[in-house]
Amino acid sequence: MDVTEFKKSMAPTIKELKFTIGRIKRSPLSIIGVAILTFYVLVALLAPVLAPPNPRDAYIMPHSSWDPIPRPPSPEHIFGTTYQQYDIYYGCIWGTRTAFRIGFLVVLTVLAIGLLIGSISGYYGGIIDELLMRFTDIIYAFPGLILAMALVIALGRGLDNVLLALVLVGWPTYCRVIRGEVMRVKQEDYVEAAKAMGCSDFRVIVRHILPNAIYPILIMASLNIGSVVLTAAALSFLGLGSGPSYADWGQLVANSRDYITGNYGNMFAYVHAFTIPSIFIFTFVLGWNLVGDAFRDILDPTIRRR
Amino acid sequence: MLFRKGNWNFVRNIVFVDKNRQKYKLVASIFSPRRMGMRLRTFIIRRALLMIPTLIGVTLLIFAITQMFTPEQRAASFLSGEPRRPDVIPRIIQTHHLDDPIYIQYYHWMSRVLQGDLGFSSYSHLPVLASLLQATPATIELVMFAIPITIIMGVYLGVVSAVHRDTIIDHATRFLSIIGWSLPTFWLALILLAIFYGQLNWVSAGRLSFEQMRFVASESFTKYTGIYTIDGILNGQLWITLDALKHLILPVITLTIVQIALIVRVMRSSMLEALGKGYTILARAKGLSDDQVVNKHARRNALIPIATLSGILAAGMLTGVVITETCFNYMGLGHFAANAAMQLDIPGVLGFSLFTGIVFVIANLLVDIIYVFLDPRMRLG
Repeated sequence: MDVTEFKKSMAPTIKELKFTIGRIKRSPLSIIGVAILTFYVLVALLAPVLAPPNPRDAYIMPHSSWDPIPRPPSPEHIFGTTYQQYDIYYGCIWGTRTAFRIGFLVVLTVLAIGLLIGSISGYYGGIIDELLMRFTDIIYAFPGLILAMALVIALGRGLDNVLLALVLVGWPTYCRVIRGEVMRVKQEDYVEAAKAMGCSDFRVIVRHILPNAIYPILIMASLNIGSVVLTAAALSFLGLGSGPSYADWGQLVANSRDYITGNYGNMFAYVHAFTIPSIFIFTFVLGWNLVGDAFRDILDPTIRRR
Repeated sequence: MLFRKGNWNFVRNIVFVDKNRQKYKLVASIFSPRRMGMRLRTFIIRRALLMIPTLIGVTLLIFAITQMFTPEQRAASFLSGEPRRPDVIPRIIQTHHLDDPIYIQYYHWMSRVLQGDLGFSSYSHLPVLASLLQATPATIELVMFAIPITIIMGVYLGVVSAVHRDTIIDHATRFLSIIGWSLPTFWLALILLAIFYGQLNWVSAGRLSFEQMRFVASESFTKYTGIYTIDGILNGQLWITLDALKHLILPVITLTIVQIALIVRVMRSSMLEALGKGYTILARAKGLSDDQVVNKHARRNALIPIATLSGILAAGMLTGVVITETCFNYMGLGHFAANAAMQLDIPGVLGFSLFTGIVFVIANLLVDIIYVFLDPRMRLG
């Protein structure tokens, strides 16, 4: 294939890409979202430069003493310190990596399980489908945070168990959505055509059904990363997280839970200790939500040209 | 001429008779108690029967979680008042069949649950069911105010946002609701707490102020419902109601801000859809004012998806309640669950999960039944 032919074959893709970029440029909210996420990616990548890692373990926050009272920002600790003098700046910088890990690990695992079970159940139907639906009904009977809380209590405290609990609570939702999409696409003519041409079931699902069913699921996943990080932070706040020294935003807030209102006459003495990590959580989640919300309108091929 | 006229009447008669018949049929299907009753009754019975496997599944799931603990850990939930001597545990394991095969254990566990025995909470020093029932009215009170406010404001903002599509109002509404959706509940609650309770000293944390608390605990106040705003009115003590309302303001605001995005988002898109439908265009073509088109024609039809959201909204509320009640020291179900979790009170947390699961399944049944009444398309099948 020579260059002109390649250009010709790529032309529609490039045209679509240009259209998408044009849409993104015209939507101010998505630009804010992309900017926030770019900032966090940079912070996560540059963490060793921004905050020299603790030689023992980079994710363990260094602390100078066991003094329980949080200290306000100072030249050595530019965001101040929490209960037991953990440095908030260090925790926020390395907590960015933790947040990305929580979000990506949970959502990608859940997405993989959902794609596998959801597409099988939607394509073949039958007993697997019936069992899956009954099982999702049961999981749906619980509010997510509450079931996750019960699971973490049973598995034991710690960040890894929080992640496991979030996966166990989250996968049925994905299965159900993917199943619905697969069942919708399954009836299209091009799937019939592919089957008539003798494609194997695997090829029909992977090459013909999933590419046409994936958009709503990807958008759901990007919106879900934010809420997974929020739920993990809530569990950390309830004291089910990784323990006081681990660099995790929710944990930083939990560390200063007993120092909220300050002392008499100066109610905002410790306000930095829970506000600064919360702002990190908030903007991170906001970035994902803005991007997901804008991309829902932009990427979905059925409504993008309206 | 005559013939023509007669012919015309004849045709018109047929049309009218036919129309009347159809109308009669329609009326009959809505108002005939026999047809309507039969269909609804079969629907409700079928829906209730479908609920049973889910309920059994809910108990199985919670039972599976209890199986992650060793028999010794599970035995701890039976220790209530007895002195904690080491020889007590093996006896409990034996009498409560904690070391038997799983199906026997499930049978015994299930029969205890059906008798209302969810174990003993080491956090509240009470049986779990008793502490849950004690905490329920407070949560009902909180949610009773939060849900209607969230729905009304969310619907209003969603309609405004859709009517002014792609203007600054639309962008601002969407941006603000996404901000609310992204805020960590605990931070919002803590910052409100620091400002209004700490600095401005409006009210104290909890459900009532100290003086009112003492009065409520005294004998001259009867707790009819446990919901203080209602009890205050029933007892003729309006100052209790006012105090309870004052304590409700901030928790309700917190819950509303965090949950409103869901309603705004769905209402906006369903309103946009309704505004593009034929009946809206017809209403505009008839020359109706904008207000009438929006309020009478589009909004009513756009409201239907909100009913399906109520399940998700209730789940969000219960999740929000756990954090909000903990922050505001508001002694409801969420406060109990969060504190039980913090102190690793296993029977407390699992009992709470089972309780919410069962309440939820039943609530969803009720929502489905109400939905049938709301949507005429569903009602007429």
